[in-house]
Amino acid sequence: MSDSTKARRFEQITAPHLDAAYNLARWLTRDPHDAQDVVQEAYLRALRYFDSFRGDNGKSWLLSIVRNTFYTWLEQNPRHDAADNHIPLPAEGVEIADPAGEPAETWLARLEDQRLVRAALEGLPSEFREVLVLRELEDLSYKEIAAVTDIPIGTVMSRLSRARRLLRAELEKLDGGRH
Amino acid sequence: MDCAQAKPLLDAYCDGELSAGEAAGVEQHVRACAKCRARVEAQRALSSAVRRHATYHGAPDTLRARLRRELPTETTLAGARRSWRQIGAGLAAGVVATLAAQVLWMRHAGDGALTAEIVADHVRSLQANHLADVASTDQHTVKPWFAGKLDYSPPVRDLRSEGFPLEGGRLDHVDGRDVAALIYRRHQHVINVFVWPDTGASAPAALSRDGYNLLHWTQDGMHWWAVSELNAAELQEFVHALRTPAPAG
Repeated sequence: MSDSTKARRFEQITAPHLDAAYNLARWLTRDPHDAQDVVQEAYLRALRYFDSFRGDNGKSWLLSIVRNTFYTWLEQNPRHDAADNHIPLPAEGVEIADPAGEPAETWLARLEDQRLVRAALEGLPSEFREVLVLRELEDLSYKEIAAVTDIPIGTVMSRLSRARRLLRAELEKLDGGRH
Repeated sequence: MDCAQAKPLLDAYCDGELSAGEAAGVEQHVRACAKCRARVEAQRALSSAVRRHATYHGAPDTLRARLRRELPTETTLAGARRSWRQIGAGLAAGVVATLAAQVLWMRHAGDGALTAEIVADHVRSLQANHLADVASTDQHTVKPWFAGKLDYSPPVRDLRSEGFPLEGGRLDHVDGRDVAALIYRRHQHVINVFVWPDTGASAPAALSRDGYNLLHWTQDGMHWWAVSELNAAELQEFVHALRTPAPAG
């Protein structure tokens, strides 16, 4: 592949997904400047790995690089560790109290509060936040989410389910006056 | 299928990710079980709330500019390596790609043919003295007018208090289908807004063609195009007002 062909292919495949790349990085880093750093590094990596891109889904390929770049960045910027996750990571196998079966509970009413919904999503541990962002904001299929996060489809299903349970529990808990 | 079998599948059921057989089984159970029906409704409400309230962060122009500046071209590779705040492994030596950087990081206009069609529809609406099929500044008149004419109900809001009064609506034709066209005005300038159902979410992307400014985005299950001869800044302001949820009450 000539350099100019490569440049054209790289453009066709990655440029249309810049918004998606930034949106994912922004939700993962929770900071506009850090998100820009991560996206820029991800595009450089994507270019570096571009010869090995074989798939037909440029969006999940690029988003998987954004995600990996974020986790590398996180290791190197430990101040951004779990301290920002105000919802603690539940231990594997531990049942999350789930208000979903109780439609009269307050969490349903709080869905109309934009600030609370955002705060609850922002507070989720990143492994839950990322699947929700990919599903609800990017509208990716389970198969695509599996490709981005490098986990089996069955795990995508259970993780999304856990993420939503956590979100409901957090909304239930969040005080309406909390900032 | 009973509750114990159905419950772990409800998320995937709502996400449309079950096989036809499983989906039929869950559906049968949900029809019979009020508790699971409530769970499905609650799950849909949660999804919808996240989609409506969680901000979709479109790439800012500063990032586009940075990529335009920093992404290596053959000649700027060395410079880019110096100025890029490196996190993780640096660029592999020997990566040489000549990127048509200026073109690459322009906002993508999407389908050029669609852009042309939107502009043509806008121009036609001004020329043919056929701006509005329903001329009304009342959103409660304009919205119902579309009922029965389209297989969806377009969101209609007057933005008079934001300086963009609603003038009416029109049935138009875009991309092979009938769509709702909403007409707004800023001083003497007409803004045509075309809206039709679409999934996903995308931040507004700006482009211009033949002297007209356009913005298009996807939000809340609808794809939107705004087109006008209005300047780009005011059109942005209009789209911002349109995208901001109406104040409660």
